Amino acid sequence: MNMYLFVCVLVMAICTYLPRMLPLTFFRKEITSPFIQSLLFYVPYAVLSALTFPSILYATNNIYSAIVGCIVAIYFAYKDKGLVFVAIVAMLSSYVVSLL
Amino acid sequence: MDDFIKGCRKGIPIALGYFPVSFSFGVLVVSSGLPLGLATFISLTNLTSSGQFAGVSLMLAQASYFEVAMTLLLINARYFLMSLSLSQKIDKSMNTLQRLIVSFGITDETFSVASIQDGVLSFPFMLGFILVPIIGWTSGTLVGETLMNFLPTSIQNAMGIALYGMFLAIIVPASAKSKPILEVVLVSATMAIVFYYIPLFSVFSSGLKLIMATLFGAVYGALRYPVKEEITS
Repeated sequence: MNMYLFVCVLVMAICTYLPRMLPLTFFRKEITSPFIQSLLFYVPYAVLSALTFPSILYATNNIYSAIVGCIVAIYFAYKDKGLVFVAIVAMLSSYVVSLL
Repeated sequence: MDDFIKGCRKGIPIALGYFPVSFSFGVLVVSSGLPLGLATFISLTNLTSSGQFAGVSLMLAQASYFEVAMTLLLINARYFLMSLSLSQKIDKSMNTLQRLIVSFGITDETFSVASIQDGVLSFPFMLGFILVPIIGWTSGTLVGETLMNFLPTSIQNAMGIALYGMFLAIIVPASAKSKPILEVVLVSATMAIVFYYIPLFSVFSSGLKLIMATLFGAVYGALRYPVKEEITS
C-alpha cells in the first residue's frame, strides 16, 4: 500500500477516535445542569432524525422505491416491530418497487 | 459474562444494519481503483460511515493531510457530543483503559441504542455491544471488496435503505409514546431538510449541517420540555 494512502487512513482514524474518546475518558464529573441533561436526553432522537431526513429519499438511487421503503418502515416501526424486522421490510419493499 | 452476552445481543441488529452500508463502502473503494484491502483496513480503524466516504473521496482527490484532518474532525464533531452524553451513563467505576476501549465503538447507532437502555452501562455490556457492530462493519467491507459486483445493482440499491429503516425503528416508537420526543424529531428533520435543499447552506459540510440540525431539535426540546433528573440516571 502506498505511503500517502496509509498516512491518510491513519489521519482519518485519529480524527475519528479523538472526538469519541476525549469526553468519555476525561470527563468524569456528573452534569447537574438541568438544561444540559435535557439536551443530552434529546440528542439521540435529534441525531437520528437529522440523519434520516431527507437522506432516506436518496438511499436507493430511486426516489419512488425509497419513498415506499420509508413509508413501510414508518408503519412497522409504529407497530413496534423491532430494528431488524423494520430494516428488512424496508429493504424488501423498496426492492420490489424498484423492479416495477 | 451475562452483561457481555446481553451487550452482544443488543449489538446484533446494529451489525446487521451496518453490513449493507459497509458492503457498499467496500464496493465503492475497489471500484474507484484504490488497492484491495484498503477499504477493510479503513473500516476496521475508523468505524464510521460518512467520515469514511468523505475520506476516500479526499484521497482520490489527492488532498493534503491537513484537509483530510479538518474535514474528518468537522464530520466527527458530533461524536464529541455523544461521548459527553455517554460519560453520564456509563458505570462511573470504569477505569481509563476501559474508557479508551469503549469510546472506540461510539457511533450514531451504538450511541442511540446505548442511550435508551435502562440503568448504567457496565464495561462488559459495552464491550459486547461494540464488538458485534465492529465485526459487522468490518466484515461487510471485506465481503464487499471481495464480492464486488457479485450482487445485482438493484439489490445493492435496496440495501441502502436498511440503515435508515433501523433509525426509524428507534425514533418512531419513541415519538409515538412521547410528545416532546415527537416534536424534537420533527424540528431536527425540518432543519435537516432546510439545510439540505436551501442553496445558501451548501457552503457547510454535511457534518456541520448534521450538528446544527441536531442541536436545533435538542435545544428546542431542552427549553420547551426540560426532563426530570431520573431520566438520565
